[in-house]
Amino acid sequence: MAAVLEPQQQPATSVGSPIVRITALRKSYGTNEVLKGIDLDVKRGEVIAIIGKSGSGKSTLLRCINGLEVFQEGSLTVDGKPLLHESAMAMRELRQRVGMIFQSFNLFPHLTVGRNVMLAPTLVKKRSSLEAASQARKLLARVGLAEKFDAMPDQLSGGQQQRVAIARALAMEPAVLLCDEITSALDPELVGEVLRVVESLADEGMTLLMVTHEMSFARKVSDRVIFMHQGRVHEMGPPAELFGNPQTAELKQFLSSLHD
Amino acid sequence: MADFSLWDILRNLLLALRWTVVLSLIAFIGGGIVGALLLFLRLRGGKAIGKVVGLYVQLFQGTPLLMQLFLAYFGIALFGIDVSAWTAASVALTLYTSAFLTEIWRGCVASIPKGQWEASGSLALSFGEQLRHVILPQAVKIAIAPTVGFLVQVIKGTALASVIGFVELTKAGSMISNATFKPFVVFSCVALLYFVLCFPVSLYAKNLERKSHGRRA
Repeated sequence: MAAVLEPQQQPATSVGSPIVRITALRKSYGTNEVLKGIDLDVKRGEVIAIIGKSGSGKSTLLRCINGLEVFQEGSLTVDGKPLLHESAMAMRELRQRVGMIFQSFNLFPHLTVGRNVMLAPTLVKKRSSLEAASQARKLLARVGLAEKFDAMPDQLSGGQQQRVAIARALAMEPAVLLCDEITSALDPELVGEVLRVVESLADEGMTLLMVTHEMSFARKVSDRVIFMHQGRVHEMGPPAELFGNPQTAELKQFLSSLHD
Repeated sequence: MADFSLWDILRNLLLALRWTVVLSLIAFIGGGIVGALLLFLRLRGGKAIGKVVGLYVQLFQGTPLLMQLFLAYFGIALFGIDVSAWTAASVALTLYTSAFLTEIWRGCVASIPKGQWEASGSLALSFGEQLRHVILPQAVKIAIAPTVGFLVQVIKGTALASVIGFVELTKAGSMISNATFKPFVVFSCVALLYFVLCFPVSLYAKNLERKSHGRRA
């Protein structure tokens, strides 16, 4: 009943089990249903861009995948493990597989950059602080911030903070990375540095689900684009098709509104 | 009847001041522990527990401390348990302090942006780890100034324990004034001693507040 209009559904070649499987997922806030039955399989290593108007449910969908939002109906599995909100243990398991990067960075302001990255591995994975520190240095080098290990978050620019947030998420070695409008709070000149890091992750085979307003980036990096409209997957397909030949009036309208 | 010099008055008041300090400390430490437990319950527990704690806070904030002292002193006695003024005053002031502190601290925790909970949760930290490593270190910074400020209220609140016969500064003052017939001198000294006790504390609180504002700005 979901995803009614789109001509192209899942690619038939489902080699291996999907890393994220969402089935008939419904979520409402009170009487307001924001996700009206979502079905989505994400393959390992796939890069998915989710686009749509604000209020279309795209961020909510993303936040359901790591349990930040509770859904009422349907099921969601990551790596074959179902998401169970009631079980703190199961949530902890799941969240070790699913990393998330936020629009507002959400670095821990009382900890240095290095400690931000080290915190979760030392607590959750029980790494020694020596091990965690060397890992943190490697990850910070990877996002181009090796020299900022001892800096406090408020000494960094927005773009730098977001790159630290990426390093922090990677420190947990997640199988899937969720990016929730990660460049929306950045000054235009800082967007590029963050997107370059995300692109390098995509190239290295990380499974990515990103809600984004950067259409050219979505077009360039993603394997599949999902257009959400009024709580449903309205249209889905490879970026070239979706952007080049939109099938539904809503997507056409959405795409043309971006050019204004 | 022997004449009381000003020094005699002061000396006796200073002796009684000890009990004001001790009672304040009991109330503050006891109230701090109970308040922290209530805060944890409120953060961790479901809606029902939150409501119960909320009611507890409203109850203590919405009734005069004097009534709470009376109830603790005479109420517990109704159950056949003999309570000393010490016990009654300690219990009443501890509960009173806990209600205010838990509310102050809840506000401080609530002022930490939701994103901090979400980011630490997404990193698979447990509730306890989130609280200990992410939320509390930030909340404590905000909480210090109002907490120390509230200590002044507690110190002054201990004066009410005099009505159930607890001999602290105020009670000693009225006893001495009855003996000396110099109520103005005696109570001036009492007031002065409260001020000497409270003023540095509020000065310290102000100082802390200024510092924490400076840090954030």
